Parts: sequence; C-alpha cells; structure tokens
Amino acid sequence: MSYQEKTISNHNFEECTKCTICTLYCPVMKVNPLYPGPKQAGPDGERLRLKNPWFFNYALKYCMNCKRCEVSCPSGVGVADLIQSARIKYDKSAPKLRDRMLASTDFMGKLARPVAPLVNFGTSLGITKTALDWTLGIDHRRSFPKYSGRSFESWLKKHASKQAAFPEQVAYFHGCYVNYNNPQLGKDLVKVLNALGIGVQLLDGEKCCGIAMITNGMSAQATKHAKHNVAVLGKAVDAGLKVVATSSTCAFTMRDEYRSLLGVDNSAVRDSILMATRYIYEKLENGAKLRFKPDFHLKAAYHTPCHMEKMGWGVFTERLLRMIPGLELTVLDSACCGIAGTYGFKKENYASSQAIGEELFKHIREADPEVVACDCETCKWQIEMSTGYTVMNPISILAEAIED
Amino acid sequence: MRFDCVITGGGLAGLIAGISLQKEGRSTAIVSTGQNAMHFFSGTFESVKEAPARLAEIFEAAGIKVHYSAGVRLMPMGTFREAELALGDVDIFPSERFASKALIVSFRGEQGFFTGFLADGLEKAGIACRLAAIDRSSGIKKIAAAVSGLLDGEDAVVLPQVFGQKDSADVEYLREAIPAKVVFAGTQPPSVPGIRTQMQLKDYYISLGGTFLQGDEVTGAHVHDGVVHSVVTRNLDSHYLEADCFVLASGGFFSKGLLATPTSVVEPVFGLDVDYPADRSEWYDPSFAADQPYMRFGVKTDVALHPMIAGESVRNLYVAGSILGATRPEFGTGAGLAIRSAFAVVDSILKP
Repeated sequence: MSYQEKTISNHNFEECTKCTICTLYCPVMKVNPLYPGPKQAGPDGERLRLKNPWFFNYALKYCMNCKRCEVSCPSGVGVADLIQSARIKYDKSAPKLRDRMLASTDFMGKLARPVAPLVNFGTSLGITKTALDWTLGIDHRRSFPKYSGRSFESWLKKHASKQAAFPEQVAYFHGCYVNYNNPQLGKDLVKVLNALGIGVQLLDGEKCCGIAMITNGMSAQATKHAKHNVAVLGKAVDAGLKVVATSSTCAFTMRDEYRSLLGVDNSAVRDSILMATRYIYEKLENGAKLRFKPDFHLKAAYHTPCHMEKMGWGVFTERLLRMIPGLELTVLDSACCGIAGTYGFKKENYASSQAIGEELFKHIREADPEVVACDCETCKWQIEMSTGYTVMNPISILAEAIED
Repeated sequence: MRFDCVITGGGLAGLIAGISLQKEGRSTAIVSTGQNAMHFFSGTFESVKEAPARLAEIFEAAGIKVHYSAGVRLMPMGTFREAELALGDVDIFPSERFASKALIVSFRGEQGFFTGFLADGLEKAGIACRLAAIDRSSGIKKIAAAVSGLLDGEDAVVLPQVFGQKDSADVEYLREAIPAKVVFAGTQPPSVPGIRTQMQLKDYYISLGGTFLQGDEVTGAHVHDGVVHSVVTRNLDSHYLEADCFVLASGGFFSKGLLATPTSVVEPVFGLDVDYPADRSEWYDPSFAADQPYMRFGVKTDVALHPMIAGESVRNLYVAGSILGATRPEFGTGAGLAIRSAFAVVDSILKP
C-alpha cells in the first residue's frame, strides 16, 4: 500500500491550517452542543479516521451539508465534503424507514400524485402529524408540501411540438419539486424562456438528483441516480443544449456533489448545468429583451439559499431581479434557514432547525416584504411555515412581471 | 458582468479600496476567497503614526469604534507593545503600569486565554495580580455581576477579548457595569473584534452598493499589451468579470496571494514580478523565532502601485495590502500597510 493512499485527500484536508474560521460560520454549532463543529468533524477528525475508522463519530449526522464552512475557509478545504464523505464511508448503519421515505422524493411523488387531494388533506390533519411523529419521528410541528394532481412532465410533453418550434432550445432539469408539488414554477420558466424565443425540452428521463439520498445514508441509490442523470444530461449537452434548473440544490448536487461525494465523473456535463436565473441574466446582459408590464409593483426580499451561496451565483439572481421595473428589492443577510432539505423534518432536529433559522426570520420580519424571493424549495417550506410570508421562486416573480 | 473596478481580496485592503471607490460613485466587485487575516486582527493598527481622518471617517460610518493615543497596549502573552490607533476594545496606556492591582478573570473550561502568562507580564510591569475563574453563563449582565462580586480592592480587571461578535455593545456594557478599569486581552485565534470589524466593513461596503462575491476565487486573467481586460473566477467560470481597472489585494502567503515553490516565489493569478533573493538559503532564518526574510517578499511595483509582468508595468492593475510585503517600506506592515496602500491605490485610480 502506498503512503499516499492514507495521506492524500480529494478534499484538500492537508491544507487545513487549524485557523478555526469555519467554526464561526457553522449554523449548527451555534445551537447544538452535540455537534463537534466543522473543524473537528471535518479535517481534524479525518486525520484520525485515516488512522483508524474507529474514530468515526456518529454526531457527524448533525452536519446539514450547508457548505458555509467551505465558503468561509481561507485555505480551500472541502470541510463539508470531508464530513459527508466520512458519513458515506464509515456509517454502515441501515437508514431508518423514515429516512428512506424522506429521501425518496421521486418515489413518494409518484405514489402521491394520483391521489394528491387525499394526501394533501391527510398530511394537513393534526392526527396524521401526531401519528407520523410517533411512528416515524417526523416532527408533528412541520407542515408538509402539497402534491399536485398533474405532473409537470405530462404537461410539457403535451406542449412538446409547440416548444420545438422555437429557434433556440434549452433543456430543463425540473426536479421532483416542480414535477410533483409545483408544476406552476415549471410553466413560469417556460413562459419566460418562450418570451426570449427559447423553447424548453425535457431531458430524456431525468431522475431525482439524489441529494436527500446522499444525506440520508443511501449513497448507493444516489450513485445510481447520478450515473443515470449524467447520461441523460450528456445526451442534451451532446445535442448542443444548455441545461437549466430552478432549484439551487438540484443544480449544485449535479455540478459538485456527484463528483466530490459520489465519485461520479460529471466533467462532460458540469459546465452546461446552469441555474435558470444565471442563464436568463446572461441572455439579457447580451442584449435580449423582455417586455415588462408597465404597472408591475412588488416589494420583495431575496434570500440566498446555502447551496446558491456555495455556487457563488446569488449575484445572478439578485441582478436579474433588479432588472424588473417596479420591483423594490431588499437583499437579506446571507444566513441559513435551518431546514437543509430533509434535516429539519426529523424530530431530533426540529428545535435546532428552528433556532438556526431565527436570525433569517428576524431579518424577513424587519424587511416586511410582500414576498420573499428564493431559489430553493425547502427554504420556501421553512420560511413560509416559520414566518407566514409567501416565498416565490425568482423565475415565478419574473413570469408575473412580464407581459403575457 | 462589468464594473468600474474589480478587486481581488476581501480583507482590510480590499474592503477599504472598495468602500472608498463606492463612495466616489464607482461600481465595484470584491472577490473574496474565504475569510481573511482580519479574523486574526490584534485590534491595533501598526504603522499608522497618526489617526488618518479618512480611516476614521470610514470606520465611523461603518459603526466601528476606533480611538487614538500614543502609548502601549497589553498583548495576549502578557507583554506590551507600542500602539497609536486601536479598536475600541483595545486600551492604550501611557505606560505599562496601568493599574496597581489587577484581577485576571477567565471562564472555566476555556483554554485559549493565557492567564498565567498575563500575570507574569503584569507583575513584571509592577501590577499585583490575582487569578479567578467564573462559569460560562448566559447573558452579559450575569457575567458583569459575577466579575464585580469577585473584586477585592483591585483597580483593574483583565478579561478575555471574546465579547461582541456582532457589535461592541457588550464590551461597552462590561466597562460601565464593573467598578474597576476593564481591560480586554487577546486569546487564541480567531479574534472576536477582528471578525466584528470585518463583518461591519463588509456590510458597509454592500450598503454602498458594492458586490461582494464570498467564497469565490480569481483563477486567471485576460491581459493584453499591459492592460487587464477581465478576470476569471472559479464559481463564475465562463462568465468573466470585466472592468476598467483592477485591484489585487489577495494577501500574502497565508491567503495564497503569494505562493512559494521549491525554487521560486510566485504571484499565481497574473504571474507578476516578485521581489525575493534567488538564493533560497536567504529566504529564511534557521532560528524559528527570528524575523523571517520571506515575510518581506512582495510584488514589485512602480510609484503608482502598478505591478509588473516581466519588467513591464500593467497600466490598469494596482496592488495593495500584504501582497506588497516590504517592497514599499513607507507603508509599514500589517494593518497599516493594508490601509495606507489601499488609500494610495484609490488616489491613483481617482486621479484623472
């Protein structure tokens, strides 16, 4: 065995200078004393784990994978990657039924769609919430996302020939949320892109990006999804298409987590996966025009989701929103909302999740906007439940602001 | 994306340059790779021999308290150092014997506050010392009450410099509430007043309309005929940042503004000329604690702070902060170098 097997890390852990800056920016450490923090859980712990896997600490499950430690690291260490990779490598316990259900957003969506009204009614009842809390450990104080009776995919397939008629084409990775919960967001994207003369195509059978599987101990399934998605993304890219997403976490997972956590080679497609806000901003910057409603007025506050912050693309959404005449925009201080996908749904994390989000909720109440703009659906659930403010994807705001 | 000026580096030099340019109506972006040396800031600005009105104006507008008086300050290991300009957290005394008796209070279980060293240093300065530890309790009022209750004739209290991550209200409250002179001494890094100062400067920069790209990294640049046209960043990849002028305030070795290889010292983004001796044995002093020569290496510039590539000045690029090393001794070192070189760069840019 070569020494390098033990000493060289894909996540730059040998670059850590022990400066402790990451611990200051970890939202979990502020509220949960059981979590050892990014430095100890990441590079410090990795040094020991490489020596002997016995040092693996199950408290690593408290990491939300928000990546704020990486954004703050002056030395380019993949702190959160080290933590998540360690969970994948050393945590061999089988995921609970609850975690499997929360992680299988694709599968649950398929089950719920045909009986959506029933499911929506059921999950809004106190008795159901109590039952889920007792039996599965899904916190009873959570509200659940609603399911739609018709999937986005079936809607877009109906309009495929009309979309194909546009001179320019783009592929859309809609994700589970748009497909099963909020097809309207997908339709809003189609409206905006069509207004720019761009037709929207589905990928050749996308699957859930798999992030919830990665964080819930189902990396084998996540890897299958990743390989499948890289293949279908590859077909679109080979056809000369860019692929846009409206969920920052889906985009981030396919661009960065596939390679760094699952070891799936996405180099052929990575640079072609863009957030829709970046894609549209670049079109407008290069001279494309949108016809805005003259009487549009909206007071909005923009919340940058953690994964958008990690990608460094909040600037595109912010600038795009500023191009809308009549939009009064406040940019909220970048802070985690606390939900982190499925994390906040778990009974054991509920209190931490709400405590983490409190700073953001306070800023939202102070800004008192008509809507909060945000590129992430799980942030939306958390903010709507915790503050009562309506959250809209920036693409939906843009769709409302342009002429029909 | 196009700006009037794109600044690489979100530390003290980059922020001072960005804030000054925004105030003059220029549009700017700052690209910041992670956090910076401000997180280890001692709280005093070395090499600033006078309180420059420009600095005071910026800090005041950002809500940061600074004060000026020539004297000495207490260091974390119980030594004293000359100081003139300091954050409100740091006291400057006319002489080392700032009290007759001091109570040094630490928090139980916190190991980054060096009470024994502090006591040795204070005793040497003629200050009788007593050590005490209190439990970590929530709420600044409880802490003030606990410390006040411990006082037994001491005219000074030394506390760890760990209060007020968001603003300095707690620092001021402790000074008011404890009936003795309250002195804060530094702990193991990071520095709470330094973090607070960085956050306040960054917030102020953003409030002036600046674009702060946190956690991104400038990885390359397009330079033709001695003029920079755009820079490339890791996160924005094919979306270049274009500007009329560029400031490089990417720090020294710690921030990777300079990189040392076995045979050379390089500036990685533009490949700028760096001033260092060719003979590697002259780079360092074998005595660990000695003043290390490599800490003085820096990017070569002309008088207007334009750096050079193969001896030719880059006309719309300026360098500021610790990437200069000691190539411009008139700017001093550390925080003083950052501030004074940033102001000099801003003046060069604004000069018609």
